[in-house]
Amino acid sequence: MDHLILKVTTKLLFAPIILFALYVQFHGDYGPGGGFQAGVIFAVAFILHAFCFGLAETKKVLPQKALTIAMVLGLMFYAGTGVATLLLGGNFLAYTEIDPQSTHHAGQHYGILLVEWGVGVTVASTMLTIFYHFTGREPDIDQEDW
Amino acid sequence: MTGYHLELSPSVWLDLSLLTMMVLVAIAMLRSRHLFAVVMLSGIYSLLSAAFFVSLDAVDVAFTEAAVGAGVSTVLMLAGMLLTARREKPITPGRAPVALAVVIAAGAALIYATIDMPAFGDGAAPANAHVGQAYVEQTPNDIAVPNIVTAVLASYRGFDTLGEVMVIFTAGVAVMLLLGAGSVRGGREVSDVDADKNEAA
Repeated sequence: MDHLILKVTTKLLFAPIILFALYVQFHGDYGPGGGFQAGVIFAVAFILHAFCFGLAETKKVLPQKALTIAMVLGLMFYAGTGVATLLLGGNFLAYTEIDPQSTHHAGQHYGILLVEWGVGVTVASTMLTIFYHFTGREPDIDQEDW
Repeated sequence: MTGYHLELSPSVWLDLSLLTMMVLVAIAMLRSRHLFAVVMLSGIYSLLSAAFFVSLDAVDVAFTEAAVGAGVSTVLMLAGMLLTARREKPITPGRAPVALAVVIAAGAALIYATIDMPAFGDGAAPANAHVGQAYVEQTPNDIAVPNIVTAVLASYRGFDTLGEVMVIFTAGVAVMLLLGAGSVRGGREVSDVDADKNEAA
């Protein structure tokens, strides 16, 4: 667990990976990608961090409690978008109601962005939760066991 | 399969070599008893299938396969592997004639079914003709996002995707309930290691 090159590389890569996750998240309308992929890429940045610096350090940055809340919030954000369109007078998840006057389907674009954000948050926090729980059960692996 | 001529273009060679490599990796996974090697091979298998999806022009699927299949699944399998033995128990080969018969029968039925399947890229195939065609034609008028996959996923089938997110959420909750963040007794968190020591004492 004391590899200088790995640590330096991880520190260099950490921010670009998250930036790429955000690009995938918000560029999903225009290219391949979306909330599912962005969430996984976001989680991978923290998994890489946990591999190099240990799970305890990663949990200081992103504690399990925050992840549990994020899991629920992401799902509520998605469902909440649907409820909002209901309250605006449309069907559940009928995004056109968000901006009915728009001539270029802005309501649909907003709706997709909001919903994808909910997907991304839930996927990222769930992946990290599963990783935390699996990895948190055994401290270290013997070198002979590989 | 009528009216479809197999052209040995470079992309066909690429597909064939990718599929061959996938079969070889699958055989290597079956034969290996070393769990670490099996996990790594399954990551390679996912990466190969991601490359295959790219060559089929399904970039979104390839992206997901590369991120989830090759990336996170491998990590989770590694993390899961650390909790069990490093080697699979040896099995005595040739003791399952019924299973072999079932596998051969099911495999033969599947290969027989492919004869009726439409050719790759056939415009008259059911997948391309009805609802798929409607999505391709209507997306510019209804939603106006360039990526039709996103339009289908988040708008046309938004309710479906909500269900998918719920499935992921449920998986996370299930793992939390099963593995727990260390057991809690009397409102106090105890790690399993401490609990074992207490029981032994």
